[in-house]
Amino acid sequence: MVEFALPKNSKVQTGKHFPAPAGAKNTRKFKVYRYDPDTGANPRTDTYDVDMDTCGPMVLDALLKIKDEVDSTLALRRSCREGICGSCAMNIDGGNTLACLKPIEECKGEVKVYPLPHMPVVKDLVPDLTHIYAQLTSIEPWLKTDTPAPASGERLQSPEEREKLDGLWECILCFCCSTSCPSYWWNGDRYLGPAVLLQAARWINDSRDEATGERLDALEDPFKLYRCHTIMNCTNTCPKGLNPAKAIGDIKMKMLERAG
Amino acid sequence: MSNSSATNLRSPLGRARGLGSAKEGLHHWWAQRITAVAMVPLTLWFVYSVASLASGRMDFDLWLLSPINAAALVLFIVVGVHHGVIGLQVVLEDYVPTHLARTVSILLVKLIGYGLATVAVISTLIVTLGG
Repeated sequence: MVEFALPKNSKVQTGKHFPAPAGAKNTRKFKVYRYDPDTGANPRTDTYDVDMDTCGPMVLDALLKIKDEVDSTLALRRSCREGICGSCAMNIDGGNTLACLKPIEECKGEVKVYPLPHMPVVKDLVPDLTHIYAQLTSIEPWLKTDTPAPASGERLQSPEEREKLDGLWECILCFCCSTSCPSYWWNGDRYLGPAVLLQAARWINDSRDEATGERLDALEDPFKLYRCHTIMNCTNTCPKGLNPAKAIGDIKMKMLERAG
Repeated sequence: MSNSSATNLRSPLGRARGLGSAKEGLHHWWAQRITAVAMVPLTLWFVYSVASLASGRMDFDLWLLSPINAAALVLFIVVGVHHGVIGLQVVLEDYVPTHLARTVSILLVKLIGYGLATVAVISTLIVTLGG
């Protein structure tokens, strides 16, 4: 939804500065977005000088060092610290990515760390993902069949059929792509966004699934699917190197194929 | 996002499903692509024709007496305006948040666009048939 004026109390202000411990020679500045809705205060950016000689190489290492040693009030999600859980998705140095996969070395100047763009913020770097998870549920991301499972219990798939899922199954649902998409920013209440549409494509392309037509019916909508204008931010930002824009294009081509 | 209102007690899944699928959209998307491709030769033809007319090598009335030129001009007008109108509709759907404002602005664009196209086509026919 387009709003030209920021809502009240949303202007980001300059916050506190935490200098590096005395004697630190190799420091980097981390400018981190802070917001606590309970206080009623405006969001702010706190600056932390981190001693790089005692810090790991990734942005997540620095954030955890800050939380452990400098400022325990900093809130962020993290779990696997190796790019498979998708928890630490955030906006670093102007782009959405996983903090655990982003080397500090790749950032220019002070390292700017913000939550995923255009999502409600629960606290600091923690976005509210309620709606986007509900959108994922709405495309029914599970195998749907009328044919009972064979006696062996296994539904077979040829290597060629299985190959069609490559580039789709690897998605870890970090939502870097959806939150980088202007169409999702403006119409995220109805547009499903690249992450959820890639999941839809994952089931539409599954040879074992028997609800392909029903899945396409559910997407045939000016807002749910056709808000995608091939802007390509999704593909550019995906920390797993996937191509959600192509997955969405494939869904549109399937719509065309079944129309005539 | 616009649905984070604290007073909305509908479940997240209920909100995400909303009013369901409109069961349309393909035709609009495909028409945009087809008209875009059609505009490539039509625009080349149009630029070439305007250049020829401007250089004085051809007389406008005589030029429009050719059924090929008249047909191409009508196609250029109809396809071009249709492409512009459905393109603007997408822009309005993207950026106009409320249903009322969106519907009214899209209808206005269609009225103005197709109105002007009708005038342009009738003018072409008057010159072609009346000349």
